[in-house]
Amino acid sequence: MLSASHRLHAEGLSAEENRAAYGKCNNEHGHGHNYFVEVMVAGQVDEATGMVIDMVALDRLVREKVIERFDRANLNLDPLFADRVPTTENLTQAIFGLLQDGLPAGELEQVRVEETENNYFECRLGG
Amino acid sequence: MILLTRRAVFSASHYYWNEAWTEEKNREVFGRCANRNGHGHNYTLEVTVAGEPDPVTGFVVDLKWLRDVIEREVLEAWDHRHLNLDAPEFAHAIPTTENIAIAAWKRLEPPVTKDGGARLERVRVYETPEIFAEYRGER
Repeated sequence: MLSASHRLHAEGLSAEENRAAYGKCNNEHGHGHNYFVEVMVAGQVDEATGMVIDMVALDRLVREKVIERFDRANLNLDPLFADRVPTTENLTQAIFGLLQDGLPAGELEQVRVEETENNYFECRLGG
Repeated sequence: MILLTRRAVFSASHYYWNEAWTEEKNREVFGRCANRNGHGHNYTLEVTVAGEPDPVTGFVVDLKWLRDVIEREVLEAWDHRHLNLDAPEFAHAIPTTENIAIAAWKRLEPPVTKDGGARLERVRVYETPEIFAEYRGER
């Protein structure tokens, strides 16, 4: 889980258009969420270890690449969102990209991010 | 591509009964669900749409818009209703969780495609926290 703040505000839109597009998510000083991140990897079960992946290594990767970067942070200030609005669509894609870079090709199957109890987002390999 | 899911909850009553069968056969197949006085559930509906985030807004679709579509197309028809008696699609079809998922898809697919400019990926209906049916359209 990571707790972060964000403000949905598109530079290309006027103040009025931003309010129309994002409603209360456009609040000038931002707001925050507890994001639940689910990381799914796929592969054959190793004959020697009986594991698809070393969970300790996966935990470390997620912590180093994602949690340490975004937890207790303001997403708008992250360079990944310099030219993109930190919607949960874009956050999910960003997390997928960060983890994909740290794993063997094809191993990361899906990243799912739950923003609130009423909505979640998924980004999949090859999707 | 991103899949975006919105949850909504509705409460409804129903019973399972096949008019072509005898009472005995209905009781044998459907058990307690065949009680003609009905029973109810809090259903959780999960609606998933697929698309690329808009380069300007970062949205696949506006979640508030999707909430309103679900409210208008599904909840207004089914929430706090008796599915067998109040919902036209179950006048002759049995309101199993499977059929509810298919019926929700049919209600939601046109507005999501036409007005939302997105693709409806799947509809999942939880009858209880332990049972759900998922429909992904005919492929």
